[in-house]
Amino acid sequence: MNQIKKLAGIIWLLLGPASIYFIVRAALHEIATKPGIDTVIQWGVFVVIFIPIAIGMSIFGFYAIKGEYNH
Amino acid sequence: MKKENKIWQVITASSLGTLIEWYDFYIFGSLATVIAGQFFPKTNPTAALLSTLATFAAGFIVRPFGALVFGRLGDLVGRKYTFLLTLVLMGGSTFAIGLVPSYETIGFAAPIIVLTLRLLQGLALGGEYGGAATYVAEHAPAGKRGYYTSWIQTTATLGLFVSLSVILFTRHSLDIDPAVSIAKFNAWGWRIPFLFSIVLVGVSIYIRLKMQESPLFSKLKSEGAISVNPLKESFGNKENLKMVLLALFGATMGQGVVWYTGQFYAQSFIENVCKIDFDQSRTILIWAILFGTPLFVVFGSWSDKIGRKWIMLAGMFFAVITYNPLFKGLLDLSDTATKTEVVAAATTKTNSVAIPNTQDFVRAVTSKKSFTDGTELTTITTDTLYSNPAQTTVKPVLKISKVLANGVYWKMVLIVFIMIVYVTMVYGPIAAFLVELFPTKIRYTSMSLPYHIGNGVFGGLTPFIATLLTTMYTADALAGLQYPIIVATVSVIIGTLYLDSKINTKHD
Repeated sequence: MNQIKKLAGIIWLLLGPASIYFIVRAALHEIATKPGIDTVIQWGVFVVIFIPIAIGMSIFGFYAIKGEYNH
Repeated sequence: MKKENKIWQVITASSLGTLIEWYDFYIFGSLATVIAGQFFPKTNPTAALLSTLATFAAGFIVRPFGALVFGRLGDLVGRKYTFLLTLVLMGGSTFAIGLVPSYETIGFAAPIIVLTLRLLQGLALGGEYGGAATYVAEHAPAGKRGYYTSWIQTTATLGLFVSLSVILFTRHSLDIDPAVSIAKFNAWGWRIPFLFSIVLVGVSIYIRLKMQESPLFSKLKSEGAISVNPLKESFGNKENLKMVLLALFGATMGQGVVWYTGQFYAQSFIENVCKIDFDQSRTILIWAILFGTPLFVVFGSWSDKIGRKWIMLAGMFFAVITYNPLFKGLLDLSDTATKTEVVAAATTKTNSVAIPNTQDFVRAVTSKKSFTDGTELTTITTDTLYSNPAQTTVKPVLKISKVLANGVYWKMVLIVFIMIVYVTMVYGPIAAFLVELFPTKIRYTSMSLPYHIGNGVFGGLTPFIATLLTTMYTADALAGLQYPIIVATVSVIIGTLYLDSKINTKHD
């Protein structure tokens, strides 16, 4: 079980940057499709709030790989 | 017996205040359309911009920020005074919103004041829940923490229930004529639910003032062992940070999307996708909440016996595998194409109103159809009749509203009730779970942040992202469900792998 936790940690580590890429791409696409200050604010808020969460996901993955959650 | 009485006083004082805070927060959301008309006219771009800020900033940024500000305060000066402060801040802001003159009366000052008050509401909500849950948990005996904190867990759903009920009641009680009553409500009656809040807050402050500080915090304080820097100890210390991250990704993230999908998105789906009328779309949710709420206590209590983990994860898992059929069920029940029309009962009425200073008219064609199961469908098509015959309305406005027959209505209540059962499974035990994860001296700060990111950000985004997905994949009315399903799946996997199934007694 501890080995699975460590291996799954790789997924969580990579999920962080993958989420940042996805949300920034979605934000740029939405702003280009519907230009306007409303869209910029909505997606600006999402990007600002989600980047630290995505970094948190990578840190979680890093801890999992290091065996910090092993029982 | 005396100890038993004391814990019930603690639960009453904490739950009543938290319920009022949820009520205050939800009436703004439930009345968003009416408020927008009063304070944020679409014709003015800057006012409309402030409206966007009020919607997005209050939920997504200010709530987690409030968790940090008041969590820190609660770990430094105590739980009692901190959650008294959040209550005053929330109640004062809500009451003040009810007093702000409209945009028409005071111009730009109106949306700016309302935005500020809404941000204060978000800040207060961020600080309230962690304080109330911590306060109750620190009074409760270790073996009954799930049961006693589950009363706090009923407050968010009951706050929604009370807000919907007060709004519906006010909307229909301002005049004998229903149409006049609704018009009065939209003009000034919407202020009543906001002003009513001050009565509730006054009672709650009175009760809370009579309460003592949490015994565990008082003990820490008398020993001089309270945290000097709760933020640093919560998030700068690896041992604690890893538990904050586990709480967020393995529990609150999935819980947040299940909570918002089962209540807010379900109601929005019934109203906007199934096209069920305003009152029915709300009363369906009200009934489902009423039947489902006792289950918070059932699951909270059960978690004292079998642990928190599997109840919460089972709720998320069932949500993941059944959301698609449940929402499809709502669509099918409201689909008039599969019903048999009573052709003789169909009516069509046209009403034209002249547009001043032109020779054009606004035409509204109201068509009503009845079906054999008792469902009624009203379609109002509004367009402009131009004096120049070559000119036509490019896109007439179409408004569809369905009133369900009794049998179909209760089937919808049953479907939403099933979703509320999932809500009670994920949410009933979570306060006890979060409290047990962190040491007393930094508990308020440590548990508030993952809770408000899980609920405010992941959960609060559900209606927005679900609607966005529906507009991207227009052929699939259920496309919006992909967001809560994916988030809850990730949470189930992380929770299954990394959460401990035994109740955490490390910090007792």
